[in-house]
Amino acid sequence: MKFRGKIVDTNCIHHFSNVVNTISKLVKTCIMRITEDKVFFILSERVNDGGAQIWCELPQSHFFDEFAMEGVSAESNEIYLEVAPDLLVRSLRTAHSAKWVKVKLTKKNFPCLTIEVDLPSGSVHQRLVIHDIPVSVVARKHWPDFTEPEMPRFDVSIAMPQMRLLKNVVDKMKNLSNYVSLSANNSGEMKVSVETDMASISTHFQNLFNPSWNKDNTQTQAPMSQDRDPQEFATSRVDIRRFAQFLNSQQVNPDRVICNVVHHRMLHFFLLHDDVSLQYFLPVVSR
Amino acid sequence: MLSTQRSDDDDQYMLVACLDNVRNVSTILKAIHFKDTATVFASPMGLKITVEDAKCVQANAFIQEAIFHHYVIKEEQLAFKINLTVLLECLTIFGSSSMPSGNTSLKMCYAGYGCPLILMLEEEGVLTDCNIKTLEPDDVLDFDFCSSNVINKIIMKSECLKEVFSELDVTSDILQILMSPDHPYLQFSTFGNAGSTHSSFPKDSEMVESFQCSQTQTNRYKISLLKPSVKALALSTRISIRTDDRGFLSLQYMIQTEDGQICFVEYYCSPDEEVDHNEES
Repeated sequence: MKFRGKIVDTNCIHHFSNVVNTISKLVKTCIMRITEDKVFFILSERVNDGGAQIWCELPQSHFFDEFAMEGVSAESNEIYLEVAPDLLVRSLRTAHSAKWVKVKLTKKNFPCLTIEVDLPSGSVHQRLVIHDIPVSVVARKHWPDFTEPEMPRFDVSIAMPQMRLLKNVVDKMKNLSNYVSLSANNSGEMKVSVETDMASISTHFQNLFNPSWNKDNTQTQAPMSQDRDPQEFATSRVDIRRFAQFLNSQQVNPDRVICNVVHHRMLHFFLLHDDVSLQYFLPVVSR
Repeated sequence: MLSTQRSDDDDQYMLVACLDNVRNVSTILKAIHFKDTATVFASPMGLKITVEDAKCVQANAFIQEAIFHHYVIKEEQLAFKINLTVLLECLTIFGSSSMPSGNTSLKMCYAGYGCPLILMLEEEGVLTDCNIKTLEPDDVLDFDFCSSNVINKIIMKSECLKEVFSELDVTSDILQILMSPDHPYLQFSTFGNAGSTHSSFPKDSEMVESFQCSQTQTNRYKISLLKPSVKALALSTRISIRTDDRGFLSLQYMIQTEDGQICFVEYYCSPDEEVDHNEES
């Protein structure tokens, strides 16, 4: 098993640390999956722990100037590492002005992701910061636990409203209730609401964009006929802390966040920023 | 905006109050937010919100009818109890920091006894509806504090008291307030683990705007009861400190809203113990 990659472009370094930062705000540990052409950050929680799932995909060629990897074997040419994204964030903290950043899989006393950051210096001497982040290598028999979650057959797909207001609202609601219901319809309306013994509160957003998807659930521009009554709301009630965490994790400032509602089943958030895609699956919490 | 949109439905409500900038109300309410529940009294004059603790301290916030740009009440007096914490979370749902981008407007409706308080907030086209349960109003304390019994009265700028109150030695159980026509005129004292502190203000200080003391009075008040008043003090520009012949304390705070209007918050507190308050000096 071998892996080494080098990022040279400053924008790419920033972008990469922003992605890692976003992930770190959502989870304590995740799986970093390395394949020949992509790097993934994956979370697959057990149902008992909330059942949230994250699937984040980065095409390596957009970030890395040098990228070499050799998986466990020729036929399964992949590497699965369990890593704490928070440690990655910390080791990339000095990297914002770096000349280059190298990421490689090393074996000290235990397997490590070694991050080498070359900082600019006035003199001829090189200033090199090296972080060793302990990782555990995921055995091949566990790989199936981390397959890409199926895109749900959602009832409503809607673009999220501007983040600032939504964040404030959800943060306030968090003080009142543990759960939030998110509803949306195909007329560009979205509602977030909480209900407690003392009060019921709901915030309405209007004039949002309903993206059209074709049969394979891939986004298209062509409008497609909806069998569904456009006024009818689809609702899912989720853990408000997880939702707030997701809203507060946005370090990448994506152009658009799409929320897909599977009525009474789950919320599926889909972020597309340049070439990075992030999917967040939040299952409903039953009453 | 909101008032014209839904004026047809307003008939069913006993109280309808609208305002353009919700922070005018929410800041005043924060000044008395030291307990979860508050009693709201609505009259044609405006709203009075009362919070009490330990049957010894009472805070009242007055939001006069003029603060609202639209205020309609169909009865002389309406009263209900409400969870103030929830009310404040709702009022500040779009964020409490002042954003240059826009104000949150509020419409508040109450249909009468047993009905919830309905809030409609709007910012940048986003609407929030809140439905807060109201509770049976409690009897509030009557401190029977009338101006004819006032012995000592000082009106001063809040500025100088902010430090005294924000740095109160909380290891002291009590705050002693001395008011006197003679030296040291006005003195705040605490007696804590690390020693005593005394802060005195001369009567000719620039900060003192009016000084009407007829007798030397030394009264002690539980610090835990007075501590919450620091919230009102922090928002206020002027404060009036009064004590009556029983040693009861009245603190009145003048608070300027963002729109430049004046609101009042008052705290009443009963003395902790009597310390020869009739002693002549």
